[in-house]
Amino acid sequence: MSSIEVRNVRKVYRRDTQEVPVLDGLSLHIDSGDFVALMGPSGSGKTTLLNLIGGIDAPTSGDVVVGGTDIARLKGRELAKWRSRNIGFIFQLYNLIPVLNALQNVELPLGLHKMSGAERKRRATTALQLVGLGDRLHHFPRQLSGGQEQRVAIARAIVSDPSLLLADEPTGDLDRDSGDEVLRLLERLNREFKKTIVMVTHDPHAAERAKRVTQLDKGVLSA
Amino acid sequence: MNFLTLVLVNLGRNKRRTVLTLLSVTVALFLFCSLRGVLDTLAASIRVGSETRLVTRNRISLIFPLPKAYVERIRAVQGVGRVTWGNWFGGTDPVDPGNFYARFAVDAETYMPMYASDVEIIEQDTPQGTGAVPAGVDPKLAAFMEERTACIVGQSLFKRMGWKVGQTVGATGTIFPGDWTWTIRAVYHAKDPAFGEEAILFHWEYLNERGMGGQGPVGWYTLELSQPERAGEITRRVDELFENSSAQTRTETERAFQAGFVSMYGNVPFLIGVIGLAVVFAILLVAANTMMMASRERTAEFAVMKTLGFEDAALFRLVLAEAAVITLSGGIAGAILAKFTLEKTGFNAGGLLPPMTVSWATVAIGVGIAVLMGLTSGFVPAWQASRLRIVDALRRLN
Repeated sequence: MSSIEVRNVRKVYRRDTQEVPVLDGLSLHIDSGDFVALMGPSGSGKTTLLNLIGGIDAPTSGDVVVGGTDIARLKGRELAKWRSRNIGFIFQLYNLIPVLNALQNVELPLGLHKMSGAERKRRATTALQLVGLGDRLHHFPRQLSGGQEQRVAIARAIVSDPSLLLADEPTGDLDRDSGDEVLRLLERLNREFKKTIVMVTHDPHAAERAKRVTQLDKGVLSA
Repeated sequence: MNFLTLVLVNLGRNKRRTVLTLLSVTVALFLFCSLRGVLDTLAASIRVGSETRLVTRNRISLIFPLPKAYVERIRAVQGVGRVTWGNWFGGTDPVDPGNFYARFAVDAETYMPMYASDVEIIEQDTPQGTGAVPAGVDPKLAAFMEERTACIVGQSLFKRMGWKVGQTVGATGTIFPGDWTWTIRAVYHAKDPAFGEEAILFHWEYLNERGMGGQGPVGWYTLELSQPERAGEITRRVDELFENSSAQTRTETERAFQAGFVSMYGNVPFLIGVIGLAVVFAILLVAANTMMMASRERTAEFAVMKTLGFEDAALFRLVLAEAAVITLSGGIAGAILAKFTLEKTGFNAGGLLPPMTVSWATVAIGVGIAVLMGLTSGFVPAWQASRLRIVDALRRLN
């Protein structure tokens, strides 16, 4: 189970000679099994915070502890391995590999784990069935609707059974119905499978589905 | 889905680009191996010469003859066994002057025993006389030996021209003017393909009588050594014999004699090698550019794969393997194509060279270059993919 502890984190980007502070001494605690929506205007640091929690970016200072692991201290290979075991990412633009079909896309992260090809297929199929795409296993991304693509991306995120799901504007590119479908799925993953979910969103309607909403503004928590 | 499947699936992403890159590598390696094949063929033409036979020719140049009278003096040198001689006839095909093949006048009585282990008579005419042949001459050559205007023909030339045993073939003389005819009495097969099968051998006596008024000088002498270990000393002694004569000699091993022909090409082999490498280098740049373009288009994908937990090294291997698969496939195809298509043509520069050959060593070098090409062209994009910062790539994507 993954509780998240963000302590006094600063993140400064360097653009040419200028330093641009994005997060300024931010602290945040998220309980294991929580479903948190991060909201705020553009440039407030929502995605940066998500990236720090997911270990795809490192803080300039401060600690990010996820499930008891201080991920700021992990480097390269260790960090990659940690991500593959503990984190599921869901992107706004789905980011599926276009030349792989749905089953292969979902199977992709399992290639990093020691298991037989048959086992990988079985797990990927189960994940796709869970998101309601059991009948689209061999469809390529171009043959799926936006909502279906996002559900494949969710299946890919959960196939390794990570305890923490990080979603960056998961409904940002979808129509209302498809967006609702994705949000219902996230709710179910949180409720039934006890996944901790941190979702960045601009959409108040989407944020309503979370158990808790946290507002960011100019790199600090505002509510 | 394993690593190889992932590599192959990615190569299928833009089939046209993959096929065109593969074809360009195939063509480059085909050209490289073909050009190196020319060098292989030149090398084979040296190999055909024996180290236990010496060739004595005019010191000034092969085109100047030697007196026939030298033969007895050469034969008298200690360590020399059999001696034979011959002349280059030249001549053109009266029907198709562009159809070039070699014609040699040889002293059959001494030439055929000396080269008995190099050639095999595979078809022959029935002798009209007793069928007796001089010592050491294959009895199958009886019909050839008893007729002054007879000739024997290499199997490859015989097949190519569609000739028959017993048929009369002709030539228009160039060095020895006039219309010449010979009757085919036998066909030989070269045991070593490098010996060549694109020549006509006929009696030196016939050339001497008709073309040189019975006073015929000799183009070269071939000496078979009874003591090959003394080759150096014999070479010196033969040349010393004629040091004060008007036609001084140059004696060398048959292999060195053949190598002399190759050296006449001057820097052509070097030039051929350079052109081959230039072609490969040009295609290397094309392949590198293609790989970089293909890799750049997938920046977001690499970022996603890293996000999923793929390590830097895994992405490095993936991109490098994709480049290597293309260049290796193209390289193998080009090298094998060069070997089999060129050897099938049997081109031999009208008998001046052995049939065109592309050695397996050249094929191996070609494949090695293809692997190197893959690693070189894939290295930069593989390095970039492995060093990619996820956050930067995703930001660019969004």
